[in-house]
Amino acid sequence: MFGVIAEFAGADELIAAIHRAREAGYTKMEAYTPLPLHEVIEAIGHKNRLPLLVLLGGIVGALTGFGLQYWVSVIEYPINVGGRPLNSWPSFVVIMFELTILFAAGAAVLGMLALNGLPRPHHPVFSVEGFELASRNRFFLMLLHYDPQFDHVQARTLLEGTETLGVQEVPHA
Amino acid sequence: MTDRAPTVDPGPAPGASPAGEEFIAPGHSLESVTDKISHLVLTRRTPRGWWIGFAISFLLAMLLVPSVGVLLAKGTGVWGLNVPVGWAFAIINFVWWIGIGHAGTLISAILLLLRQEWRTSINRFAEAMTLFAVTCAGLYPLLHMGRPWLFYWLLPYPNTMGTWPQFRSPLVWDVFAVTTYATVSALFWYVGLIPDFATLRDRAKSLPFKRVYGILALGWRGAARHWDRYETAYLLLAGLATPLVVSVHTVVSFDFAAGIVPGWHATIFPPYFVAGAIFAGFAMVLTLAIPLRQFYDLGDFITRRHLENMGKVLLATGLIVAYGYAMEFFFGWYSGSEYEHSMLSNRLSGPYRNYFFALMVCNVLAPQLLWIKRCRTHMGWLFLVAMFVNVGMWLERFVIVVVSLSRDFLPSSWDLYEPTKWDWGLYVGTIGLFLTLIFLFIRFLPVISIFEMRTLAPQSSEGNGDEADEAADREGGAS
Repeated sequence: MFGVIAEFAGADELIAAIHRAREAGYTKMEAYTPLPLHEVIEAIGHKNRLPLLVLLGGIVGALTGFGLQYWVSVIEYPINVGGRPLNSWPSFVVIMFELTILFAAGAAVLGMLALNGLPRPHHPVFSVEGFELASRNRFFLMLLHYDPQFDHVQARTLLEGTETLGVQEVPHA
Repeated sequence: MTDRAPTVDPGPAPGASPAGEEFIAPGHSLESVTDKISHLVLTRRTPRGWWIGFAISFLLAMLLVPSVGVLLAKGTGVWGLNVPVGWAFAIINFVWWIGIGHAGTLISAILLLLRQEWRTSINRFAEAMTLFAVTCAGLYPLLHMGRPWLFYWLLPYPNTMGTWPQFRSPLVWDVFAVTTYATVSALFWYVGLIPDFATLRDRAKSLPFKRVYGILALGWRGAARHWDRYETAYLLLAGLATPLVVSVHTVVSFDFAAGIVPGWHATIFPPYFVAGAIFAGFAMVLTLAIPLRQFYDLGDFITRRHLENMGKVLLATGLIVAYGYAMEFFFGWYSGSEYEHSMLSNRLSGPYRNYFFALMVCNVLAPQLLWIKRCRTHMGWLFLVAMFVNVGMWLERFVIVVVSLSRDFLPSSWDLYEPTKWDWGLYVGTIGLFLTLIFLFIRFLPVISIFEMRTLAPQSSEGNGDEADEAADREGGAS
């Protein structure tokens, strides 16, 4: 079994259920919502490392931009323009800037996908009946099987004690 | 004219009330928003108006076949350009399209950062507009090369010729700026679409559509941790796109301002170009939004407040552009340079003076109508002003490029420029291509961001008795 999932009609019921599961000692769970909700993310508890990746992407981009232009203009293909210095760094700023943006944006998108484990065409949660409503108006909470204290009967009882519209067991796909 | 004194602040209403109600009609919920927008895409019936519009656009786009074919077979000589006007339609249209694209980024990124909620219903197609406009823009420099298959010579790569790009040239900066802009715009647009692809995957009835949207959704399942990273990525992309959009048009203006031609060599160019780009782009957003709202009955989501706000932005940027024209004249005169003086008199009374006066009517006079609230909120008037601005911004680039180049320093090298049918064919062809892509977008992708519209709706479904029973039934079937 992959986990036990409960369906909710609204975000408030979902958040109440998350707190309930937390109090019962569950640590491994995932909520599914049709829209990003800060209260849910806070209740689930998540440390986001993406900003650091984007910063690193930007720094690598800036260094790449400067390195490329310095190497081409000073070492590989020096052209004397009116006796001006070969390392004319002010004119390198524009391309450094553009590559900073390009690399940081790439890090933001690829980093988001990689940390999210996407693309992943199939996931056990897709076998849940009615899960297609998670992209419309329903909210779901799944207690995951790798939680140290996971026991599917207890998990089920816990979720059934919340304001849920229904509880299902999720098999491994 | 009304009797109201035109004392309204032209700025984009910084103190606008953040209440969501005015940007979405009352009575909408998570499910009604989802169903209404996804229905536009998933419906089996394609409206007749769509077919007519698509057919006309596609026919116009087909003009690209002879225009590009003849160009490649015979070379850029088929265009009207020749020394001294070596940069005519190719760069005018490039700058025109890039400028149009900028409003998409502005609406998506800058208004997101400024927490202007009203952007939500217009950002998706504004971003699509950006992407398609940049596609059209990119065609021009490529085709102007004459041998577009050698475009990669622009990029720095080790080659057997032993040469490298000149990194001190604004033209090389432009290569980096425009390719970065195209890439980041595409990423921003696609990332914004991922949750909506998942919505369409879950709603689609036919298997092929389910599959295609499923692949595009990358397996999105709306997990809370995913949303957290997703929102961060989206916000950071917006933060990155904001300075990018300013830098792109600044670099485009450097293509001119770094040259010594009178009429180009001006420090006002970067801000004046950026404002002009936003001006042109908002005009194009209005040009697309007004018919879209009318034909697809989207008045609930694209409300009069949206259109009025866009009208205000149009007026504000129009005034900045008018200030740019005034400063061009002031510094031309103040420079004391006889070449600058003759450039100004050439604009006002030279062979192209009609273009200049038409430009003043389109870009300076027409937007003044937007001081009047009734014009800002009336679809017909707004559309009319937007069309004037679309034409006016094209004329602006014509005046800057052609009028300046046709008479530079030596009277012996002066010459007039006359566009040929191939110039026009390519221009009209790219308009057709742009509209064709817009029509395809309207048919196959959600024109309004569904998940962002959900954030404007009350965040709970009713969960009435029937649905609860259904859920209870399902529960019984679990293993």
